Amino acid sequence: MAKQILLNNIEVPGLAGFEVYRRLGGYSAVEKALKNFTPDQVTEEVKKSGLKGRGGAGFPAGMKWGFIDKKNETRYFVCNYDESEPGTFKDRFLGQMNPHLLIEGMILGSYALGARSSYIYIRGELFYVLKILEKAIDEAYLNGFLGENIKGSGYSLDLYVHPGAGAYICGEETALLESLEGKRGNPRIKPPFPAIVGLYGCPTVVNNVETIAALPWIMNNGGEAYAAIGIGNSKGTKLISACGHINKPGVYEIELGLPVEEFIYSDEYCGGIRNGNKLKAVVAGGSSVPILPAHLILKTAKGEPRLMSYESLAEGGFETGTMLGSGGFIVMDDTTCIVKNLLTFSRFYHHESCGQCSPCREGTGWIEKILTRIENGQGTMKDIDLLVNIARHVEGNTICPLGDAAAWPVASAIRHFREEFEEHVKLQRCPLSK
Amino acid sequence: MEDKNNITAFNTGTLALVNRIIKRYPQGRQKSALLPVLHIAQSENNGWLSSEIMDYVATLLDIQPIEVYEVASFYSMFNLQPVGNCVIEVCQTGPCWLKGAEEIIAHYEARLGIKVGETTADGRFTLKTVECLAACGNAPVLQVGTEYHEHLTLQKAGQLLDKWQAENKISHTNPYL
Ligand SMILES: Cc1cc2nc3c(=O)[nH]c(=O)nc-3n(C[C@H](O)[C@H](O)[C@H](O)COP(=O)(O)O)c2cc1C
Ligand code: SF4
Ligand code: FES
Repeated sequence: MAKQILLNNIEVPGLAGFEVYRRLGGYSAVEKALKNFTPDQVTEEVKKSGLKGRGGAGFPAGMKWGFIDKKNETRYFVCNYDESEPGTFKDRFLGQMNPHLLIEGMILGSYALGARSSYIYIRGELFYVLKILEKAIDEAYLNGFLGENIKGSGYSLDLYVHPGAGAYICGEETALLESLEGKRGNPRIKPPFPAIVGLYGCPTVVNNVETIAALPWIMNNGGEAYAAIGIGNSKGTKLISACGHINKPGVYEIELGLPVEEFIYSDEYCGGIRNGNKLKAVVAGGSSVPILPAHLILKTAKGEPRLMSYESLAEGGFETGTMLGSGGFIVMDDTTCIVKNLLTFSRFYHHESCGQCSPCREGTGWIEKILTRIENGQGTMKDIDLLVNIARHVEGNTICPLGDAAAWPVASAIRHFREEFEEHVKLQRCPLSK
Repeated sequence: MEDKNNITAFNTGTLALVNRIIKRYPQGRQKSALLPVLHIAQSENNGWLSSEIMDYVATLLDIQPIEVYEVASFYSMFNLQPVGNCVIEVCQTGPCWLKGAEEIIAHYEARLGIKVGETTADGRFTLKTVECLAACGNAPVLQVGTEYHEHLTLQKAGQLLDKWQAENKISHTNPYL
């Protein structure tokens, strides 16, 4: 059985309510921290744990907390619940099933950073989850875990949930802060980083739901215990949301280091490919990361088994590797048209570009247009090279990483599946559509 | 399209909710309440944001009307044109496409006699496509108001439409209530 930290108890009826959560040991991490730990000691435990940000970028959480400017009296801790990266649906599941776990994590992070008001920014489509969270927050206030002088510690905290309104870009942390201030979600130029100038100009840390939900376990068991789980620099467990052509789509908690092959084929996880079909390709970490063909997702170019870890998935760089990203694991069987799948992604990035930088604004639209014409049988061989060229010019030339995120899927699809693009051009139609 | 009465101001109950939301942000930062208040305004205004209601929101939050327009036009959940009573939003991104989203969309187009982005002549239904709803494991997926409908099949999609037609479904209800 895999190590369970985040999904432990997830099937217990009534877990979303305070009573059940508390009976199962909930809020003991907050009691422990407020009683026996200074804020800096909490940060120290998180540093020791080796926990990396689970929103996609994988930046070490404790290190990010260490950057916060403590000279400024007003500081903020913000939870990124925007979850809009195609293929990613772990936060939605975790927060709706176990809202108090997220709240407990928010209290711990807020205490460590010295925040007095904290916000959970949730995508507007998830209003029903917002209501689950608000109900749980009310319970936490009633039971003295939020509000003035929490459990007599002298520490006070208010926690609020704030809805977005349909914009993937607001998952980018500086766009999220703009949006929380009631503005358009245009990413800010960094530096300054949010740890120095964040919400309302004050030092701010933004973390993903899953990152924050790991904090109670780390506080209860110690950073070292967390660091003992996993492999290499990939410490702990990770939620993987698996979808596409597998027998058992869903959210799985894996110990980092699990072989990809086991994840796809074992009955404990994805349960293999539907209808006994052949695996064609996988997008392993949300739509933004490079797509890999079956042979490269199962084994590295060196022939070693590929593991579900930050390092192993990245092995081979972008030539033959990919990224763990957000853990959105999209599986495609041999009936899938790679061009059409890519077209849906490129349409998405075009739609979601905030429009501030011309390479992203124009490039994403141009990519969508060319892919549409190739998929419809009106493309030329030159179009394929043009796509590679545009992707190269978007990547690295924009304010925020959405530009890269739009470019990588294009570059990798053509790198690994060029013949399929060429076949569309030669046949003047999609070889796979009925 | 039938005439609907659009509102020009909130009732006292809604105003109380709005004031509670404004208090969540620091003094002088009431503009932060803009997205939540626009969600409420849209739900009470037949599912769309008219310039009158946006001007009213500007007054409530003590900001310039342009600050409301530029935000309303940025976010895809806000409709700046009238919509039908029931807005059907079908996810069209990769993972849903892999599991047959296009068939679901085509089914609704055929049954409603409209294309994506259009509203039926009787003003009852609007069909939209949306991007990934964070429910890809249960693809294909659609949303109506705050409700998610997952694991769609053509049969299930059809039954949902039968139900919405029978009950005169209205999708724009206050999301906080
Ligand atoms: C276009 C774009 C979208 C993003 N969307 C999300 C998101 O939905 N959720 C998230 O946690 N991080 C998202 N991120 C990453 C955030 O910018 C940020 O790195 C993260 O919230 C930090 O939290 P973590 O360190 O705990 O992962 C996105 C980044 C980009 C560039
Ligand atoms: S890269 Fe795209 S999304 Fe990011 S700031 Fe520039 S235009 Fe906006
Ligand atoms: S692609 Fe439809 S919910 Fe994610």
